[in-house]
Amino acid sequence: MALLEIRDLTVRFATTDGEVSAVNGIDLDVERGQTLGIVGESGSGKSQLAFSIMGLLARNGRASGSVRFDGAEILNAPPKVLNRIRARGIAMVFQDPMTSLNPYMRVSDQMAEVLMLHKGLGKREAVTEATRMLDAVKIPDARGRIRLYPHEFSGGMRQRVMIAMALLCRPDLLIADEPTTALDVTVQAQIMELLADLRREFGMAMILITHDLGVVAGACERVMVMYGGRVMERAPVGPIFADPAHPYTQGLLAAIPRVDQKGERLTAIPGSPPNMTNPPPGCPFAPRCAYAMPVCETMPPLDPFAPGRERACHAGLATVRAGHAPQPDLPEPAAADLDEAPAGLLHEAKP
Amino acid sequence: MTVKPLIEARDLRVTFQLPAQGALPWSKPRLLHAVGGVDFTLMPGETLGIVGESGSGKSTLARALTGLVPATGRAIWQDGTNLIGLSPRRMLKYRSQIQMVFQDPLASLNPRMTVGQIIAEPLTTHHKGLGRDEVKRRVKDMMDRVGLLPNQINRYPHEFSGGQCQRIGIARALIVEPKLVICDEPVSALDVSIQAQVINLLDELQRDLGLALIFIAHDLSVVKHISDRVLVMYLGRVMELAGSQALYAEPRHPYTQALLSAVPIPNPQLERDKRMIPLRGELPSPMNPPSGCVFRTRCPRAQGLCATERPALEGGAHLTACHFPGALRPEELATNA
Repeated sequence: MALLEIRDLTVRFATTDGEVSAVNGIDLDVERGQTLGIVGESGSGKSQLAFSIMGLLARNGRASGSVRFDGAEILNAPPKVLNRIRARGIAMVFQDPMTSLNPYMRVSDQMAEVLMLHKGLGKREAVTEATRMLDAVKIPDARGRIRLYPHEFSGGMRQRVMIAMALLCRPDLLIADEPTTALDVTVQAQIMELLADLRREFGMAMILITHDLGVVAGACERVMVMYGGRVMERAPVGPIFADPAHPYTQGLLAAIPRVDQKGERLTAIPGSPPNMTNPPPGCPFAPRCAYAMPVCETMPPLDPFAPGRERACHAGLATVRAGHAPQPDLPEPAAADLDEAPAGLLHEAKP
Repeated sequence: MTVKPLIEARDLRVTFQLPAQGALPWSKPRLLHAVGGVDFTLMPGETLGIVGESGSGKSTLARALTGLVPATGRAIWQDGTNLIGLSPRRMLKYRSQIQMVFQDPLASLNPRMTVGQIIAEPLTTHHKGLGRDEVKRRVKDMMDRVGLLPNQINRYPHEFSGGQCQRIGIARALIVEPKLVICDEPVSALDVSIQAQVINLLDELQRDLGLALIFIAHDLSVVKHISDRVLVMYLGRVMELAGSQALYAEPRHPYTQALLSAVPIPNPQLERDKRMIPLRGELPSPMNPPSGCVFRTRCPRAQGLCATERPALEGGAHLTACHFPGALRPEELATNA
């Protein structure tokens, strides 16, 4: 039994513009001690996937399907059940450490609160334990600085506080949602190294949500690429980069400028991401895909094609692989195709 | 005949006055040196990348050149005029020569103006004599050029995606045919696939129109991709300034080396094998910068001299502000880690 088993998870939001399906029928297993990277652009549903696991969806959001943690169903579970799992079973680190910490509470109080609530420790014990954890995340002078307020820390240090707080109850699974996006590269490198060390030390599983393929390359064993609320490709980290089997993964890799390579013209993916109030029928990537065919109006299943590797694409594997090195002539990424392509992206101007 | 530089900056400084802590009316204001004496030249048609972490002063430097923040020192335009300290009226002439593209594509467009009005505004400000039809024609041409459909001229910014909004921002900057466009983190708010579209567009426009670009970004890979030369800033000062290829292949300043080593590489093998140069501690407060070399408090190679004497920016085509430049040796990293 996997630590986390997700089956047919769907997340929808009721908005004034109609129903938005953020996550569409995702199956996912995370084993104990494993690291999974979830890569996707904004609106791909990667964060909502995490929020639905933790029971943190916004009020207009509804999740259906099944999420089993350690064998027990937790999707849409009552707060009492979720609170037993949060912190001890699954903990989360968010993108923006300033808005995720309470600005009115000293770090010592916020951290102690976690331990008092979830482990029933007394205040003094809790603060001692919290100090130890701040030491573990390498905050210098932890004993002195635990008495400070969040705004008295730098961005990188605040993210360390967040990580320490998430680890207080030694969770089995840590979900890190863009933990370094708000940070400078040098600080990002420090935080990623810290996360790797702590993960080894505590033997946690980790889901790392990010848009940065470089971060994934360094930190994860498996990678899941999402687009338009669906899984496009899933594979161990090596093959994803060396032999991307989905046109979207290929497109993403070709679009990043590389610091370790000589720069030439970047291969952009034409068009824009789909509007999820009115998603294209079938494969969400089809309107931007160089391999799109009429059959792409139905969603391809996520099929295994090699050990540990799955892809959801109608185009033949050989065809897609052949296109990896020299990209076929893609239409210019201009707005010229905007009027027909991503339906609903531009609302008609009101007369 | 030698080509004159488009801009020659000498000892450019931006200092902000902040109220003293627990300020009393007579207490001295505290000074924050956001940009502390920057020298560089920019040739016509060249792309200069500026990189640095948050707080390094890169955006302030750009704003100083456009007169958006008060600065001291010199920034000599091609025609010999010092742009720093020009009166707003005299600056107006140069504003059409120097345009800016901002980071947040939606926030930098007026939500109550149509795309046509937004793009036309600089044109009607700087070329008052133009007829309405002529303005409209130029706006439509420019929209076409940046990959917007001319029939979207009457739409509002919120009807466009982030990448499209950035195209509007670029069209607005280019409509007055500037010689220099300063792009302040133009792609950092965009997704990777859209980012590539905008970078390619900037690249193309620059080549076709012979623009000079100052391209500010914290993403070193993006800067490498687009720049001819790159300027590395730290705490308001230039650490290194060199050709893009040379800087990325052989960074000489320890800070540049650390910065480059921290960039994640989208290749699992390389990413896991690479050697990171750790930086000690945190960015010092710009209110109270270290003496001598501002980087010395975090430098693996710092010595006594670094604390007493500020290194000058020297070295011909590959300029470095360091007393002990050159590649860090493994043993230097070991003692530091």
